[in-house]
Amino acid sequence: MPDGPSIEVSGLSKTYRILRREDQESTAAEALIKRIRHRKGTKRVEKFDALHDVSFDVEWGEVVGIIGRNGAGKSTMLKIITRITAPTQGRVELGGRVGSLLEVGTGFHPELTGRENIYLNGTLLGMRHREIKERFDAIVDFAGTERFLDTQVKRYSTGMYIRLAFAVAAHLDSEILVVDEVLAVGDSDFQAKCLRKMREVARGGRTVLVVSHQLQTVSDLCSSALYLESGRLVLHGTVEEAMEAYKRSFARSAPVLKEAAFRPGSGELRFVEAKVTDDITKPGQEVVVEFVVGANPGYGNRYHVSAFLNNEDGMLIAQCDSRVVDFWLDPSTDAEGRLCIRTPWLKPGAYTVDLFIHTGGHPADIWEQACQFQVLPVTPYSHPTTPDGTDRGVVYPDFDYSQR
Amino acid sequence: MARIVITPPGRFSFPKISHLWEGREVLYRFGARDVTLRYRQTLLGVVWVILQPLLTALVFTLVFNRVANLHAPKGVPYLVFVFTGLLAWNLFSDMIGRASGSLVSNRDLVSKVFFPRMLVPLATGYSSLVDYGVSVVFLAILMIIFGVAPGLALVLIPVWTLMVVLLASGAGLAAASLQVRYRDVAYVIPFALMFLLYASPIAYSSTAVPSKYQIFYDINPLTWLLAEFRWSFLNEAAPPAWQIVLSIVVPVTVFAVGALIFEQLERSFADLI
Repeated sequence: MPDGPSIEVSGLSKTYRILRREDQESTAAEALIKRIRHRKGTKRVEKFDALHDVSFDVEWGEVVGIIGRNGAGKSTMLKIITRITAPTQGRVELGGRVGSLLEVGTGFHPELTGRENIYLNGTLLGMRHREIKERFDAIVDFAGTERFLDTQVKRYSTGMYIRLAFAVAAHLDSEILVVDEVLAVGDSDFQAKCLRKMREVARGGRTVLVVSHQLQTVSDLCSSALYLESGRLVLHGTVEEAMEAYKRSFARSAPVLKEAAFRPGSGELRFVEAKVTDDITKPGQEVVVEFVVGANPGYGNRYHVSAFLNNEDGMLIAQCDSRVVDFWLDPSTDAEGRLCIRTPWLKPGAYTVDLFIHTGGHPADIWEQACQFQVLPVTPYSHPTTPDGTDRGVVYPDFDYSQR
Repeated sequence: MARIVITPPGRFSFPKISHLWEGREVLYRFGARDVTLRYRQTLLGVVWVILQPLLTALVFTLVFNRVANLHAPKGVPYLVFVFTGLLAWNLFSDMIGRASGSLVSNRDLVSKVFFPRMLVPLATGYSSLVDYGVSVVFLAILMIIFGVAPGLALVLIPVWTLMVVLLASGAGLAAASLQVRYRDVAYVIPFALMFLLYASPIAYSSTAVPSKYQIFYDINPLTWLLAEFRWSFLNEAAPPAWQIVLSIVVPVTVFAVGALIFEQLERSFADLI
């Protein structure tokens, strides 16, 4: 591998200029009218730092996980490193070609056959015709789609499509590989294959950058991690340290959004309060959320609510939309509601509940981490075993076996 | 392996020829994709390439020649005359039309993969050129059937073709990059093209234009190029020397300006599209 670190990032910032909504124009005529009206050019522009003064180095052969909550700047970072978007400040130095797996399958065209797409996509990723030809069999073999090579991709199942797309990208001989959330798809066999492939890449001395919401993936795969928060690099260290920082951020940010005025949403209707009846519970027990929505007699239609249940890794485990059980509320009076979640059985750990009020279009209220609760480390099953009998998976299933 | 350095874009950036050269395979693949896709799932397939300009030429002959009583210069059948004009015009308008919408319709590529973005609008020209090539062959057949002999200037056809390509690509690059920010471009282009179709001497000869309007024809680059096409193919009188000079200077300039506009706007594509 070449001299020097594989990736050197120094003082990297990316600022987006956001026009306030009433100042946004998407037709030239509007832009022209605005220009004439405000001749002084006083556009009210808000600046938003997607990344702020980020610096780090990555050595060859490392697999680095990038973690952080939504909007922390993970994707922006990858987009700059892959040169899709330009930085506002700072500098990135790369020791070689970058191959990216940002949303696999971009560049695939549904009307083209598998074979044609391999060539098109490979070329787009920066492979020469000769290189693709040499690896063609390996790609097809990896994806396991040889029978459908001359079938148009639009007739593929989603799984086949993703497998083929990943296979093309994985066979790119770039010195640096950038991966964004690819492992969320495909069956477990294929996921395992992908993980193996990425480890193999790293063992060969190349560098892999991985963004994933699946902390499992990051801890299985990575040798070090970056933790980003609101565009700043908070931590660059071991995977465990970064995970710890990530988990702590959930506990810390909860009180900030308590005040309805600071919460996102159109504000036509707001939650007044919400609480979990038992904030310390056991696996298999019902989780009950009680909430109150303030009245807004001026708002005529009935509305519905929704709740997301998240575990401490920040993974969304369940969605409880009141529409699917035909539960609606009337805005003319204060509404007191109760949500009872019976299954799945939750594994031990800390959980948060996000609450939403939906009036049709944009949500009226978005209350992230409206309530929190703990699930005690107790097994719900009748025959406790060693931890390896229950530690995989995100929830405890209610299941049994029987002889047929 | 050279180290790649990424820094904020400067105030003026010029297109890097080396990047474009590196991306030549992408250009070819995109072009091949367009050509393949256009006639997949069509019944007549490649016949459409000939049928489209031929039908247009027939309609023009019917409307302008028979109904409006416009004529070609002596010795040339009107059908051949108008087909020659349409040949150049179709290349021009097809390239602009395809290029201008190309970035927006390939939004996924622009926002998710890195490669010289300029290749997207440029590659659309590939299928226009294929059509053009087929049409040229067809024109040759028409000329044989009607007994029209070209002059020595026939050898200059590649030059005129290149000039049409440069003119259209320059305008197409500018239109494509502007359309990322302002979607109105999508509405303006078809209208502008329709206007140009009638305002350029395609269905008629520029010598048939009343002298008080002549100035508007003289400043239209398409007038020069159309005259050159007819000079080369149909052995008509050569256009004045100043037109020949300008018909090379203007397309080259338009292309350079278009490419420059594109480069300036490119940095924000992924954020805006």
